[in-house]
Amino acid sequence: MLRFILRRLLQMVGVVIVLSLLVFLWLRSLPGGTVSAILGEKATPARRAALEKALGLDQPIYVQYWEFVKRALKGQFGSSTGVLPGSDAFQIFLQRFPATVELSFFAIILAVLLGIPLGYMAARRRATWFDNGTVVGSLIGVAVPVFFLAFLLKYWFAIKLHWLPVSGRQDPGLDATRVTGFFVVDGVLTREWDAAWDAIKHLILPALALATIPFAVIFRITRASVLDVMDEDYVRTAESKGLTNRVIRGRHILRNALLPVVTTIGLQTGGLLVGAILTERVFSFGGLGEAVAIAFERRDYAVLQVCILMAAITFVVINLLVDIAYAVIDPRVRTR
Amino acid sequence: MKLTRKAAPVALATTLALTLAACAQSDRGSSSSSKSSGSGGNVKDTITFGAAGAPELFDPFYATDGETFRVTRQMMEGLVGIKPGTADIQPELATSWEASADGKEWTFKLRNGVKFWDGEAFNAAAVCYNMDRMFDQNEVAQGGPAGYWSDVMGAFKSDAKNALYQSCSAKDDMTAVIKISRPTSKFPTALSLDSFSMQSPKALKAGDANNVTKQGEGFGYPAYSKNPVGTGPYKLGKYDEANKTVTLVRNDDYWGEKAKTAKLVFKIIPDESTRRQELEAGSIDGYDLPNPADWKGLKDAGNKVLVRPAFNILYVGLNPAHNPKLKDLKVRQALYYAMNRDQLVKTQLPEGATVATQFMPETVSGYNKNLKPYPYDPEKAKSLLKEAGAEGMTLLFAYPSEVSRPYMPNPQKIYEALRADLEKVGIKVQVNTKPWNGGYLDTVDNGGYDAWLLGWTGDYNSADNFIGTFFANLKENDFHTKATSYGPQLSKDLQAADAIVDETQRNAAYERINQQIQEDYLPGLAISHSPPALVVSPKMNGLVPSPLTAETFSSVTVSK
Repeated sequence: MLRFILRRLLQMVGVVIVLSLLVFLWLRSLPGGTVSAILGEKATPARRAALEKALGLDQPIYVQYWEFVKRALKGQFGSSTGVLPGSDAFQIFLQRFPATVELSFFAIILAVLLGIPLGYMAARRRATWFDNGTVVGSLIGVAVPVFFLAFLLKYWFAIKLHWLPVSGRQDPGLDATRVTGFFVVDGVLTREWDAAWDAIKHLILPALALATIPFAVIFRITRASVLDVMDEDYVRTAESKGLTNRVIRGRHILRNALLPVVTTIGLQTGGLLVGAILTERVFSFGGLGEAVAIAFERRDYAVLQVCILMAAITFVVINLLVDIAYAVIDPRVRTR
Repeated sequence: MKLTRKAAPVALATTLALTLAACAQSDRGSSSSSKSSGSGGNVKDTITFGAAGAPELFDPFYATDGETFRVTRQMMEGLVGIKPGTADIQPELATSWEASADGKEWTFKLRNGVKFWDGEAFNAAAVCYNMDRMFDQNEVAQGGPAGYWSDVMGAFKSDAKNALYQSCSAKDDMTAVIKISRPTSKFPTALSLDSFSMQSPKALKAGDANNVTKQGEGFGYPAYSKNPVGTGPYKLGKYDEANKTVTLVRNDDYWGEKAKTAKLVFKIIPDESTRRQELEAGSIDGYDLPNPADWKGLKDAGNKVLVRPAFNILYVGLNPAHNPKLKDLKVRQALYYAMNRDQLVKTQLPEGATVATQFMPETVSGYNKNLKPYPYDPEKAKSLLKEAGAEGMTLLFAYPSEVSRPYMPNPQKIYEALRADLEKVGIKVQVNTKPWNGGYLDTVDNGGYDAWLLGWTGDYNSADNFIGTFFANLKENDFHTKATSYGPQLSKDLQAADAIVDETQRNAAYERINQQIQEDYLPGLAISHSPPALVVSPKMNGLVPSPLTAETFSSVTVSK
């Protein structure tokens, strides 16, 4: 197990090196760039040249990359020029990351809490109205663009009904204390219950929007997987042995049916980062997605470099965790 | 302690949670829980305004963007201020000023009894400390962050002979004398720029304010930039970066009329439609730059759309070096006559937009009231093209995508209207577009188009800031006037006008130049001026829209 984890971590280093080069080259091959974004109408050739020189963008690209690698090894990723100019790009990542994690976590929990039980029930009540209804529902969940759903939710629950806030992460009037950057956790830790509740209220709509696709996928995989497992010999054996329904359901059907579901959850969690870009924009939820979108518009190299690399690392780590979870659920994987 | 396998993680988690909880103390101020803060009555003690972007930093000297200035303007003041609702200057930290006969020595009488929040006195020594601090910038700051100083003063201490600013001295405790290298229309108007606000010398020193560094592909700013000290009606309360809000609190020791509302919160909401929804939901009291298409809906819902007097110009730039046909004045005039700008302004631009008669809006001194717009006359355009032998000419005409500017809310629609007009008189338009930050500005700068859409929003009230910016620098300007017969003369005239000390004479000179630009030179086609707006809820009172987008919130109240 340890060797397996070590090997995966080594692979991660390779991924990061290759990706850093690709991102670096890609950003610099885009037309326009940081200098235009900063100067706007004020861009004259002289001002451009001065700014390029000040930013070191007049250097040959391999020199720039080498400088970048040297700094990155020391943990220095440079300053932002567009998202929060002058702030350290890595600090921006650290500040934005908890927001995205909090949102993704809520979304995936929602998706799992709804997707697995519903998927299981649909499979057990195969070809009933319940099954048909939930399958159609999940199809709609996959088909509706996140962006559109986010707008709909916001329109109804925030603007029309005033049940939930329109955007942001917390009411600034609460003047909440910051500890970890996870607003709900912070509220609990500092016993500022109103702040924690307010943060949850801000999470509901974006998390719902973000959860639809993973919910639909998890639901469908669970349903299909349970259907498969229900026909297995060992289930029939268990039934003929006279085991209680509870044991059959829990130990024999659900546990085995969950294997593909766990992989799916892992993949979907990675995919959430993409969905978060859209959702965060709609809800002005100050996470990574929003930062990356703004950074791209303003050609903020430092922030894009850090965020893309860290997102890749997160993706790899999530997959590693999924594999470990797999080993926990399925003993056969462990012995291999 | 022996733990079973299952209990271990639980115990670990519990310990961790307890440890975190132990060091996580609520640090809420006592004031926030008790919401009565004196003002009482029927007005709220907090104004919440939706901003489109985060402030870059809180030292305005290193900023060039409106979002930063919107915040620092509430906290900092300059020697010269701006009369609310206009582009005209008025006394602020200086009560009066006068120039020597040669226009190179400016004496500022300073306001008595002003203190920075840290208790430092505002006096001539403080003024000179600020001026010298701005002048003496390191190489990194010179390259980018100190943008407005570069624009206005031309150079820094390391290149003093090319700088407009020469020195500052304290004649007495409350009189500062600033010397400049040549007379210019920029003085003293440019001192009203937010970048040149007065900040506490003690705090500047303590926070190592000038220590700008290069950090990777960006700039790093010193501690001072997060902890500024000014003289204004508000001071910085808290910048909650994670929650994207900036909170300012009233400066109770302010020298003038104190701010009417105790707290001013800027909530950063990058998405325009979300800002609108927040206003509709009542969670913000106003926001900047509503989409002109929304104005009517916002008004119908009872909100107040505060339209600012236009302080900008939209133009079609022309580059005779890229298309030799454009060297003929008749061709340039033909393009102008071909454009139905009345129609354009009515259909594509916000209410209150006007057809331009010259390259500056009428609020700027030096504006020539006698000029009439080139009328829409497609027949005349055709005959001019014929005379010039340019019938059926092709024109590489470009517009930017992924951008909206106050002078051009929807570039593509404006472009399509103009293109249709040009095609009606037989011009073959080669359509080209690039993203604003994705190569458009670069291509314009490199002279890669025949014609293009661009514009300008003025920084301060001076003709030089408009036509000077466009045409005074003969060596490099977007219009490539160096490739024309009139370019050198125009540049010389602009520089001469800028140096006239007497205001009346100077304005007369600029009016003459504006007439020549429109009638004899026509280096580009001035199209229109569009007023940007703010929108506030019906409960907000006292916000005066400013052509320079220099609104102050100290007189604003929001009723409950």
